Amino acid sequence: MNYNWNWGIFFEASPEGTGTYADMLLSGLLWTIATALCSWIIAFFLGSLVGVMRTLPSKAANAVGTAYVELFRNIPLLVQMFLWYFVLPELLPQSLGNALKQLPNAPFYTGVVCLGFFTASRVAEQVRAGIQSLPRGQKMAGTAMGFTVAQTYRYVILPNAYRVILPPMTSEFLNNLKNTSVALTIGLLELTARARSMQEFSFQVFEAFTAATLIYVLVNLVVITAASFLERGVAVPGQR
Amino acid sequence: MTSTPMPAPTPSTPVTPPSQAPTDAGFQTGPLVDPAQAKVPGGTMIAIDAISKWYGDFQVLTNCTTKVSKGEVVVVCGPSGSGKSTLIKCVNALEPFQKGQITVADTKVMDKATNLPKLRSRVGMVFQHFELFPHLSITENLTIAQRKVLGRPKEDAQKRGLDLLARVGLSAHANKYPGQLSGGQQQRVAIARALAMNPIVMLFDEPTSALDPEMVGEVLDVMVELARDGMTMMVVTHEMGFARKVADRVIFMDRGEIVEDAKKEDFFGQPRSERAQQFLSKILQH
Amino acid sequence: MLSNFDFGVVTASLPYLFGQGMVFTVTLTALAAGMGVVLGTLIAMARLSGVPGLKHVAKVYVELMRSLPLVLVIFWFYFLVPYIGAWVTGASNPVQVGAFSSALITFTLFEAAYFSEIMRAGIQSISKGQTAAASALGMTYWQSMANVVLPQAFRNMLPLLLTQTIVLFQDTSLVYVLSLTDFLGAASKVAQRDGRLVEMYLFAAVVYFAVCFSASFLVRRLQSRVAIIR
Repeated sequence: MNYNWNWGIFFEASPEGTGTYADMLLSGLLWTIATALCSWIIAFFLGSLVGVMRTLPSKAANAVGTAYVELFRNIPLLVQMFLWYFVLPELLPQSLGNALKQLPNAPFYTGVVCLGFFTASRVAEQVRAGIQSLPRGQKMAGTAMGFTVAQTYRYVILPNAYRVILPPMTSEFLNNLKNTSVALTIGLLELTARARSMQEFSFQVFEAFTAATLIYVLVNLVVITAASFLERGVAVPGQR
Repeated sequence: MTSTPMPAPTPSTPVTPPSQAPTDAGFQTGPLVDPAQAKVPGGTMIAIDAISKWYGDFQVLTNCTTKVSKGEVVVVCGPSGSGKSTLIKCVNALEPFQKGQITVADTKVMDKATNLPKLRSRVGMVFQHFELFPHLSITENLTIAQRKVLGRPKEDAQKRGLDLLARVGLSAHANKYPGQLSGGQQQRVAIARALAMNPIVMLFDEPTSALDPEMVGEVLDVMVELARDGMTMMVVTHEMGFARKVADRVIFMDRGEIVEDAKKEDFFGQPRSERAQQFLSKILQH
Repeated sequence: MLSNFDFGVVTASLPYLFGQGMVFTVTLTALAAGMGVVLGTLIAMARLSGVPGLKHVAKVYVELMRSLPLVLVIFWFYFLVPYIGAWVTGASNPVQVGAFSSALITFTLFEAAYFSEIMRAGIQSISKGQTAAASALGMTYWQSMANVVLPQAFRNMLPLLLTQTIVLFQDTSLVYVLSLTDFLGAASKVAQRDGRLVEMYLFAAVVYFAVCFSASFLVRRLQSRVAIIR
């Protein structure tokens, strides 16, 4: 095999003139983390709302929740990315559309919104499953104490449901983090994109991808460790 | 139940002296005496020699020794957790053990040179929870091991399977699936499945304890017929009525040890150990 | 507002979109799913084998694949496969394997990790009594796997395997990053050529939605039927 390994490449200056290749990968990592965290906030709240709607007695709320989940789960993320980035500005009134197109960091905002809405559909499914796994008596007990529906969810159901679904939510969080790489197709300079440009500039394919791989693995480990601390932190004594 | 007697399993393996056993390295076919000749006095089918077994630090079997002669019916009883199920599963090495040795028809069970699948194919076993294969029809359950393990042609396997199914009185259910039969029916199919392999010995691991009371009888009837036809049997059970009727010997276990190993008459007449007396008085009150 | 748009571009490009793009997508999905399930089952068996080295290699493989974004894995194999080809054939220069083969290898290896998790759960869902019964009848490990454990595991897990295949169908759109002509790639090429991004991407979204929605509907029906049989 003819491949010239050069692990020193990370400390050579990148042609962008703003630092070494290592700096380039690190800035990619920061964009990845920023995109993942911001989109997760949208996904968490929107997903919880949609998930709750699917457990309400109201037929209308149910239908809206179901429609949301089906819509966002059955279109590939990449296509959704293109819809938000290329199609949406054209469908809006012209001035607003133009404003969107000229937004600085447009790939970042688009990526955040797109991932947020996409991941929300998956979070919604977890929340719904979590709520449905709770004993039915809990809802009745809340109602019997005079709570409104909203209060029952806020004080009784959701605090328990979130604890139940913490492990699957952790993996949804990690999926969301990995999915940020899809935003490279609309120009977000996240970690995978930076590894790809490093490969294009330096021709050191395997060093670049190995570094990106190690960084992703490391981030995964950090998230899993943090989640297990969180799990222990919120565990209710006497309950499994 | 039909009144047709259980068949003496057909003599299928000719007796070959071990020295002439051909290239078959692992398991020797020689000593596998057919049950037709089972009542030859003095022949040992299963020899359990000082076996001990641990799960981690916990000892489940302590220095157990006994033997089962050809044509003999031995009942193993004892309180739950006494190790009786573990012991019977050691006989065909479904449970490995760390000390001692078990020989079945002169073949060592825990020996690297032993071809275990081949040994097991001649040792029939009936489980507490039947363990029919739920994705296969009754006929397929009866034939799959005959075909895949013994290499019998499909027609032969089917004929033997359906014959046995008739003997246990379930011919009408040949094309059903296990989930469509009652527990008692499933267990009778499981016995037929084991017999279809022409076993030289049958092991029963609490065959009636997962059954509703009204179904226990139909399964015991099949076992009694089998015993009367001369099958060598080792039976873990609480059914003392069965033991009285057909057992030759009774083994009583407690806390992983064989406490009592006696002829049926002696065991029921005069159990020597206090633990066996207590167990008997408890179980006979029911 | 939609009056500005010209959906004639869609009708004109239908033969290209489906005859080439969708055929590529469906072929890639079917082959990668088939091979991925087989490989995934072997990986699951390795993980459950209890053989020290094998067990750990399988686990590391699955965990590694699952912690990487698919886009990165696509890039990895795009560059790696030619070198592996050279290593296997003993050639001194990287062997070009073609875009489709490269994508097929990538998706097979990547999805095998996910399929293996499903099959592992499936194998573990079969009670120990079933394997004990198979052993007691004289079946070897492979006979018991082939005749008793895997058929049941596969049937129990069929809805999940199919759902994962729908995910795979969507994921194949990511071959866009290699400029391959799958369904989305075809739509994208027409969109760029004719300057009709809105029409083409909306149409692509509708088609993907229709396919995936109907497929998941069928899987749900299958699931409720399987649930009754069990």
